[in-house]
Amino acid sequence: MGSVSIPLDHVLLLSALLFICGLLGLMMRRNIIFILISLEVMLNSSAVAFVAAGARWGQPDGQIVFMLILAVAAAEVAVGLGLVLQIQRRFKSLDMDDANRMRG
Amino acid sequence: MLKLLPLIPLFPLVSSIILMVTLGKLPKRMVAILGAGSVGMAALITLLVGLAFMETGQPHHQVLWTWMRVGEFSPDIAFYLDGLTLVMMSVITGVGFLIHLFSTEFMEDDNSFSRYFAYLNMFVFAMLILVMADNLLLLYLGWEGVGACSYLLVGFWYQNPDNGAAARKAFVVTRIGDTAMAVGLFLLFTELGTLDIQPLAEAAKSQWEVGDTLPVVACLLLLGGAVGKSAQLPLHTWLPDAMAGPTPVSALIHAATMVTAGVYLIARTHELFLLAPPAMLAVALVGLITSLMAAFTALNQHDIKRILAYSTISQIGYMFLALGVGAWAAGIFHLVTHAFFKALLFLAAGAVIHCLHHEHNIFKMGGLRTRLPVVFWSFLIGSAALAALPLTSGFFSKDMILLQAYELPGVGPWLWVGGLLGALLTAMYSFRLVFVVFFGETKMEPDKQPGVRMAVPLSLLCVLALVGGFFALPLVPLASAFPVASEHHPSHLIEGISIAVPLIGLAIAYFIFLGGQWKVDGLVNSASGQMLRKFWFSGWAMDWLYDKFWVQPYKSLTHLLRRECMDDIYNTIVKFCQLLYRVFSYTQAGRLRWYATSMVFGMIVVIALLQGVI
Amino acid sequence: MLELVLFYTASTIALVATILALTRANATHALIYLILSLLAVAVIFYIIGAPFAAALEVVIYAGAIMVLFIFVIMMLNLGDKGDRREKQLLKPQIWITPVIFTLVLLVELVLVLSQSAPAEIQGLVTPKQVGLTLFGPYVLAVEIASMLLLAGLVGSYHLGRRYLEEGRENSSRGRS
Repeated sequence: MGSVSIPLDHVLLLSALLFICGLLGLMMRRNIIFILISLEVMLNSSAVAFVAAGARWGQPDGQIVFMLILAVAAAEVAVGLGLVLQIQRRFKSLDMDDANRMRG
Repeated sequence: MLKLLPLIPLFPLVSSIILMVTLGKLPKRMVAILGAGSVGMAALITLLVGLAFMETGQPHHQVLWTWMRVGEFSPDIAFYLDGLTLVMMSVITGVGFLIHLFSTEFMEDDNSFSRYFAYLNMFVFAMLILVMADNLLLLYLGWEGVGACSYLLVGFWYQNPDNGAAARKAFVVTRIGDTAMAVGLFLLFTELGTLDIQPLAEAAKSQWEVGDTLPVVACLLLLGGAVGKSAQLPLHTWLPDAMAGPTPVSALIHAATMVTAGVYLIARTHELFLLAPPAMLAVALVGLITSLMAAFTALNQHDIKRILAYSTISQIGYMFLALGVGAWAAGIFHLVTHAFFKALLFLAAGAVIHCLHHEHNIFKMGGLRTRLPVVFWSFLIGSAALAALPLTSGFFSKDMILLQAYELPGVGPWLWVGGLLGALLTAMYSFRLVFVVFFGETKMEPDKQPGVRMAVPLSLLCVLALVGGFFALPLVPLASAFPVASEHHPSHLIEGISIAVPLIGLAIAYFIFLGGQWKVDGLVNSASGQMLRKFWFSGWAMDWLYDKFWVQPYKSLTHLLRRECMDDIYNTIVKFCQLLYRVFSYTQAGRLRWYATSMVFGMIVVIALLQGVI
Repeated sequence: MLELVLFYTASTIALVATILALTRANATHALIYLILSLLAVAVIFYIIGAPFAAALEVVIYAGAIMVLFIFVIMMLNLGDKGDRREKQLLKPQIWITPVIFTLVLLVELVLVLSQSAPAEIQGLVTPKQVGLTLFGPYVLAVEIASMLLLAGLVGSYHLGRRYLEEGRENSSRGRS
């Protein structure tokens, strides 16, 4: 390891592509489970960027932020899935276009 | 003794407040005692204070408390007593007391007896504040106070809408002048930094040169206020209509005191006017023109009170003329004598009206000489003094004015000629009134005689009107208030002419209205004569003119604005806001994907901005 | 050399698996693809010298969090009711705006990346270094993360409890 280095740009590009995929999913899917999956993808992509940046400088800080992201993702998924249960109970559907009671 | 000064306005104020809070529940006797007695007490204290003042002759200054403090502006509630103030106070309380006494009988049958005296006492209070004020702001308080009381008393019989309209007219027209005066006060304060009258005069003398623009502007603004209050051209139209009020009110407010407030104001601020010769000339011209126009109008009226009202306008015009030529003492002297004889005339007219079932038309009266002797003699003496027949009080004051006008270099003789013409007309209309009402055949029988409470004030005022000229002049300590005019003895010819003119006027009136030697019917009934008559009868068509040029355009403007075209602007704003609301509420679609998309859009823009792509 | 090959292979797998995960109609299938993607990312972490992060990715992300997802999906017991509506995905008015936006964003990101000077990965960061840093300068972040997790715990318990209670009532009613 370390003999042939990987260009940082490529890792960051991968992160950007993963982020874009998550974003696209967020904007196009109506099922709340898929929306949550999209969010996970986006969080993961940012984690990739952080770890790569930390590795670029040989410092552990990037991985620490990655652990914070893990904590955020865990909390978000826990609350998000709780919401999924509520939405299923109230609207008998997981389609977010049905849950539009906050329409102005 | 001088310490009693604040008591003078306090008595009428307390009485007025008592009458107001008791809501007319007091018995009439009590009201009469309270209303007239309080002014009587004020007159008594004025006498004491006056005697004390005469001993020293030094102006007396008394600060009660500081009214308000705004930055460097801290006017006091303070009184200033000098000769001028004392004269005014004497007139207000003295003549005021006699008129109050007269009112107790005149208003006896009125249901609102208590309200009447409450207003009248309040008026006396406000008028006293006006003349005693040490600074122009306190003076302005009294000034507005008398305006409000005048409004209330002109519209006293408010059940008749015409009276209400007259009251409103009086209020609104004087308000125009008051606004000018307020602007003048602002100007004086910003330029000189004080409104206290004595320091103001000192500051003006040290800061301004004679003939500067600022004093002229300030004086013209003050003149605007004086013109409104004193019913001079062009704001004189309210006074004839103000006769809608009870006759004693006309005597007190619209003849003796309030309408002369303008004269007082100019006399009080004469040091400013001395710095502004153009303003002085304006005062003189306004006075002369008003005096002549009002005299012509008075000659054509047939309502007894309107004749007296136009006569008042004319006489105040004389006072303005006196002020304009710098004859301050003469102007104030005429103010005093005018207060005597015009109050007398109004009260006598009130007695006539009282005894003749509220008849106002002089051509329906006649031959009252034998029926109402007391009233006849009062009226005769009042008219003689008004016409300035020799040895009456009016003669001395008018003579002084005319002589001093004559001595003014430049336009003086012309003013003198105009004044003489006015004197001729004054004699004509005053004796026309006497001849038509009291001589000739009897057309109406009076149903009652004036009682003692009417007769006593009339007799006292008769005495004052007759001999006031003798004792008032040396007694009145005006010398301390004004620069002494140099003594001149004009030629006997001038003296003779000014004595002869009123007599000529009397003779003309006799020949036309009583003796019948001169037949003027043909002249009057000719087409041009009729037109001129109508023109003069309407008071030189001033009301018509104002109606066409001010009231109608204003009314059409209000009709235009009734459509609320201003509101359209605001409605447009409201509509725009509603549109925005619809647009933004549309974005709150409640769809998660839409929110996500808009967030992405924001992200794009932010990144582009950060990277300087855009 | 091997690392480069491994990196690009893993990257490709991660991308493709992500795309597949987000286009599935069935949630369970999608989750399987997502786990695949996460595992590929773990490989990448390992290659760029972050073995500790790779381990956490596998254990917590692909393990714990995804299992949570699967549990919930099993609890909901979804049929293929929602699948039909997802077919609308093919309509242009649904996807045209998001696609344009994301393409613009991608272009911007690429532009941003191309501006930075080329740099290379330095090398290994051992778990020991991570641990020392985490409980050294970053101890406050640990506290914050624990608070966040506690909040998530309370929140999810509160939200999920009613569902469970109602389900129990429904089942008891069915029995009686």
